[in-house]
Amino acid sequence: MSDMHEHSVAYVRDTMIDQQPAPETQGGVVNWMRANLFSSLSNGILTILAVYVLWKVLSGVAPWLLNGIWTAPSLSACREILQGATGGCFSVLTERWNQLLFGFQYPSDLYWRPTLAFVLLFVAIAPVLFYKVFPARMLIFTAIYPFLAYWLIWGGSLLVPVTAAAGLVAGYLVYSRLVTMSFAAGFFGGIAAASLVWYLAGLVPFGGVLALEPVDSRNMGGFMLNLILGTVCVSLSIPFGIALALGRQSSMPIIKWICVIFIEFIRGVPLITLLFVASVVLAYFLPPGTTFDLILRVIIMITMFASAYIAEVIRGGLAALPKGQYEAADSLGLDYPQAMRLIILPQALKISIPGIVNVAVGLFKDTTLVSVISMFDLIGMIRGPILASTEWNGVYWELLGFAALLFFVTCYGISQYSQWLERQLNTDRR
Amino acid sequence: MKKSVILGTLTVAALSAGTAGAQTLSDVQERGTLNCGVNTGLVGFAAPDANGNWEGFDVAVCRAVAAAVLEDPQAVEFVSLTGKTRFTALASGEVDILSRNTTWTFTRDVDLKFEFAGINYYDGQGFIVPKELGVSSAKELSGATVCVQTGTTTELNLSDYFRKNNMDYEPVPIETNSEAQQQYLAGACDAYTTDASGLAATRAAFEAPGDHVILPEIISKEPLGPLVRHGDDEWEDVVRWTINALIAAEEYGITSANIDELKQGTDSPEINRILGSADNLGEMLGLDADWAYRAIKANGNYGEIFAKNIGESTPIGLSRGLNAQWTDGGLMYAPPFR
Amino acid sequence: MLLNDTRYRSYTFQFIALVCVAALFAWLGSNLAANLAAAGIGISYEFLGQSSNYDINQTLIEYSSQSTHLRASIVGLLNTLLVSILACITATIIGVFAGVLRLSNNWLVSKLMATYVEMFRNVPVLIWIIIIFTIMTAVAPAPSAFRGDDPDASMILGMFAFTNRGVYVPKPLLEPTGWVVLGIFAASVVSMIAYRRFATRKLYDEGKLLPTLWPSLAILFVPAVLAFYALGRPIGLEIPELGGFNFSGGITLLGSLIALWFALAIYTGAFIAENVRAGILSVSRGQTEAAAALGLRPRRIMNLVILPQALRVIVPPLISHYLNITKNSSLAIAVGYMDLTGTLGGITLNQTGRAIEAILLLMLFYLAISLAISALMNVYNSAVRLKER
Repeated sequence: MSDMHEHSVAYVRDTMIDQQPAPETQGGVVNWMRANLFSSLSNGILTILAVYVLWKVLSGVAPWLLNGIWTAPSLSACREILQGATGGCFSVLTERWNQLLFGFQYPSDLYWRPTLAFVLLFVAIAPVLFYKVFPARMLIFTAIYPFLAYWLIWGGSLLVPVTAAAGLVAGYLVYSRLVTMSFAAGFFGGIAAASLVWYLAGLVPFGGVLALEPVDSRNMGGFMLNLILGTVCVSLSIPFGIALALGRQSSMPIIKWICVIFIEFIRGVPLITLLFVASVVLAYFLPPGTTFDLILRVIIMITMFASAYIAEVIRGGLAALPKGQYEAADSLGLDYPQAMRLIILPQALKISIPGIVNVAVGLFKDTTLVSVISMFDLIGMIRGPILASTEWNGVYWELLGFAALLFFVTCYGISQYSQWLERQLNTDRR
Repeated sequence: MKKSVILGTLTVAALSAGTAGAQTLSDVQERGTLNCGVNTGLVGFAAPDANGNWEGFDVAVCRAVAAAVLEDPQAVEFVSLTGKTRFTALASGEVDILSRNTTWTFTRDVDLKFEFAGINYYDGQGFIVPKELGVSSAKELSGATVCVQTGTTTELNLSDYFRKNNMDYEPVPIETNSEAQQQYLAGACDAYTTDASGLAATRAAFEAPGDHVILPEIISKEPLGPLVRHGDDEWEDVVRWTINALIAAEEYGITSANIDELKQGTDSPEINRILGSADNLGEMLGLDADWAYRAIKANGNYGEIFAKNIGESTPIGLSRGLNAQWTDGGLMYAPPFR
Repeated sequence: MLLNDTRYRSYTFQFIALVCVAALFAWLGSNLAANLAAAGIGISYEFLGQSSNYDINQTLIEYSSQSTHLRASIVGLLNTLLVSILACITATIIGVFAGVLRLSNNWLVSKLMATYVEMFRNVPVLIWIIIIFTIMTAVAPAPSAFRGDDPDASMILGMFAFTNRGVYVPKPLLEPTGWVVLGIFAASVVSMIAYRRFATRKLYDEGKLLPTLWPSLAILFVPAVLAFYALGRPIGLEIPELGGFNFSGGITLLGSLIALWFALAIYTGAFIAENVRAGILSVSRGQTEAAAALGLRPRRIMNLVILPQALRVIVPPLISHYLNITKNSSLAIAVGYMDLTGTLGGITLNQTGRAIEAILLLMLFYLAISLAISALMNVYNSAVRLKER
């Protein structure tokens, strides 16, 4: 190489020069600031204003955080230690963390159970959320998880969740056998088989087989209650939401109108009125003599609420699918259930996932509303037993800040996931 | 598919959760626990302690009934209820007995179809104000901002009182006692009004109780007592006579200390009848002969319950006043056991 | 079988569905009837006509404790509407500002706005309501702090008092001749708009650029100010004064109203900001460049080119945010603001014990508000869309 050039070119550089820094006028902190902070007069004013606001907030919050007291037994003791200096009294969190997380009635020696259930929740949803990373076999654990979590949190005999699962398995077996004949036969056959198993199981006394100490659901409280309500209601509402969305898209007018009225009614009233229904009215609509736990009634109402919103999201997904997909399914000779199961829903659900996650985040935030009907969730605990106690009367910011932080971490995490997923799905479609 | 499993399980669990019909007594005995509706937290009357055990004056009534019916004063499930949820919880059978400082009024008894099984506390509505306000009478409260708990007879009495005396006020409605207490302490209202017993209980929880005064005016009659559903007379009798037994026990000097001794038989036929050593009164109630013995043994007699939870030696420091025995000039008067 | 015949299948399904729904309702109804019969009570709306016997601290219409429960409900309804409308307006303003500023090329400002949006979107609105209410009640001084020779707190500008019971602001007092001034001012507004139209037409037709800013300001204020002084200052201000326990006079904005209003506005504003941002980003960059190539200034590009196009994307979600504000205003119950939930669903329900009737009515009221808002906004929405084409 050098031979050739030696004759034709006077000078050839054979080493690269190191990259040079950008010219003085284009680089450096000053220039970055000029470009991003002070590009014009109005921008400069805005920047100064923003810095001022930031300074105000930080100078207020920083000493409060840094001077915080973590080991005082009561607010008055806290104030004594602080001697009038600014500082948070975070000892309320160290003293009452168990009440904030588990409520004041969950037996303290059993805290490991809901904690374990919470940790396992991540294992269970991981294969759903990151289906590319985790093997599909892990979905088996996801299927088992609801029963396991029920057993861990509520306790009692292991046979209760096992029979519930057995009924489901029986239903699924009958369904998969019959679905080749027709979807309706499979569906109703499955329901019948499951009910049969449950009915038969009801005749067997579940002694204390592998029994954990049972905990009443009215003893649930704190952030645990928010998490239980959030996860249970979201996961329950997805199948209902799908059914409602399909019903609303249906060409059969009566079914369509039933779904439309249900969805619009639920979306038209505040969640709080539905919670009032759960706490005050629902008991009148149940057969005389039956009583439901309040938590169960609340789950029913929140699930109804969530499924109406999820139905609208899925309807959006269905509408976004090109008409060709429906026509292609028809031309293959698939009937409606087959077309939906095999072609339409998988695609529509995939498009709707970010929307569903948004509804889930909103719903999780709305679980705090149960404090209004005197359930002791995180907010209920703060406003009720903790702030009313003699020791901690007046500790607002530490408690509310803690609650806000817990919710922020959870919801921000979920919404970041949803944005990540949205990007993934986008590249898929292109 | 797996989602519907949960629903299925829950339905199964719920349907087996329990029933409540007209036969409350047999239902309770079958279930083995008594469901008792109490306040969401009013120190001295019904509040969970640091370990989550409920205690207080209203709680003691439930424990006595449970002891009489189930032979175990601990076999009680406490359901905390707000002013809004308490009546439906009772009407729908969620609780068997509502022992939540509830005032006996005509409409609650007749229109809402409940039965008051007696009166265990004669109360009246009062006001609490900070001492620094310099107010010595409720008549001086014209123009004040008054915190009031919603869903109680309190707000009606308040409205009537100010109207009658031609005074203005600004009500601040608040859902629970603990929130009312916070608002009042933060100075968002000049005065807080509720039953005088509740005021004493609330003040006891303050950091500096001495900085607050309870005004002398009592603006209403508030006979408080436990309620049961209308139309279940056997159950009503059980609750009514359990309370009467507690009151009578004080009158005849039966205490938790000497009850075992008295149980062996005494010269007083009335005591013998109450404690079941003569005439089997318990059987007429559908219980056994020792029912009243167990009820009194659980927490002591009425006077002991009062002294332990809200009496003058407690931080709440209520004097007996109207709630003394009739022999001491009060209104507590148990009908004869015979 | 009917299910296998495509001609009748859909009828069969619909029939089955109808029967199922009817059966469900019949079951619920019979349970209700049985429960009510067992409890010995019936369904009756007579309580609406009885006197309510309780007082409400914020009434937009005449109300006393002798008024009926129905009137109390209407007072609550108006309070709901009041806080919803205030919150909707404020949330829109906050949302548009935050959304536009988040796209600003000022790094610090856009990061600040992103923090605001994420912070408020991810924490439940109930917590925000309680936090702001706590600021109002626990941090603001009590009215007694304004008392004495050397008070701990003092009124801002001598007119506004921030206390832990609410904010007291001056109330305009109108003498009869005050209406004349107001009338003149209204006429000025009309003539100012007419003048600006005239100026625009002049510009388009003849190419003459008339000055607009100073003349329109003059038209707006000069006649009204002249009339105000000529008639002897007929409009005055009633400044709140500390007397007795509280401030009296002026207009009282209750702490609970303010807490609810701001919490809803800031919370929903964060969502609206995201919509506005998405709407602006949805306008392709070529539009901005084309407008810049035409020589429009950045502010005009935003006003004339981008926002009108972005509106098409922004308005539909905006409607649902307005609906959310209205529905979330029912959280008033957490701070004791006497809205519809506080009166009809709160005290009326508690005092009469008519739970089924009260809650049914409550839901119907909200449903009516929701449907009315969606109808109104859909009309607006279709108007925006038509202009587009």
